[in-house]
Amino acid sequence: MANLSAGRFRTPLSRARGMGASRHGVSHFITERVSGLALIPLTLWAVFAGLRLSGPAYRSQEAVASWIAAPHNTVLLALLLVVALVHLKGAIQVVIEDYIERFTTKTVLVVANLFVCVVAGAAGVVSILKVALTGAL
Amino acid sequence: MTESSGGLPERPLSPHLQVWRWHVTMACSILHRGCIFALYFGALLLAGWAVSLASGSECYGWYIGLLGSPLGKLVLFGLTFALLFNLAYTVRQSFWDLGLGFSLKTADMTGAAAIAFAAVGAIVIWAIAAQTGALS
Repeated sequence: MANLSAGRFRTPLSRARGMGASRHGVSHFITERVSGLALIPLTLWAVFAGLRLSGPAYRSQEAVASWIAAPHNTVLLALLLVVALVHLKGAIQVVIEDYIERFTTKTVLVVANLFVCVVAGAAGVVSILKVALTGAL
Repeated sequence: MTESSGGLPERPLSPHLQVWRWHVTMACSILHRGCIFALYFGALLLAGWAVSLASGSECYGWYIGLLGSPLGKLVLFGLTFALLFNLAYTVRQSFWDLGLGFSLKTADMTGAAAIAFAAVGAIVIWAIAAQTGALS
């Protein structure tokens, strides 16, 4: 039975190096699942909001700005963007780690992915708050 | 392969597109990954929309014109599908986390249901949009 354990897939060299998982796997997994579940109601709200905002009543920037200024819309829109970016950052990182073998390329892509998500989140949330708090220009 | 593994038992290879027979569960898995890339772009579009809104009515008008163009509408329709498919996939995956839904028949059925939900849902949402005058 010992032959069936996962340990048999490790080579003697890998055992000697002692380099295994960095023990961050569980937290990545939980972040991915929890953000995914949080996105279910946020997605449904996003569809509803998208349908409203694309309607004839919201053709002007002023109308959309006053919609965003309603506190529940401000909060939900900011949450939608941030939770979506947290979820997608993790999802794309998994794809990078799955398919890119070369250490340098992999690291550059993982960091670039992080930067893109953080910048998009910061710019988006600041813009949402600016419009919500100061109104249309 | 056994040459380099020095007498160890054969190690499993991860499956890839070329070596898998097409069936609904693997199509779902690949579609899920594809949708993630689409939604990544979609999240950037959403952030860009907020930035354009904060940059004045001229900038917002230009951005909305871009989204409302035929190509923009096509992209948004694709994103509607991706959004709904990933929503269904998250539900499916949550049942897997509970240890449920792994039998071949169930996995095939839930996979097909996720694709159908996303396709029908996207069409319904865009039909509603057309009804409310959003597309004109």
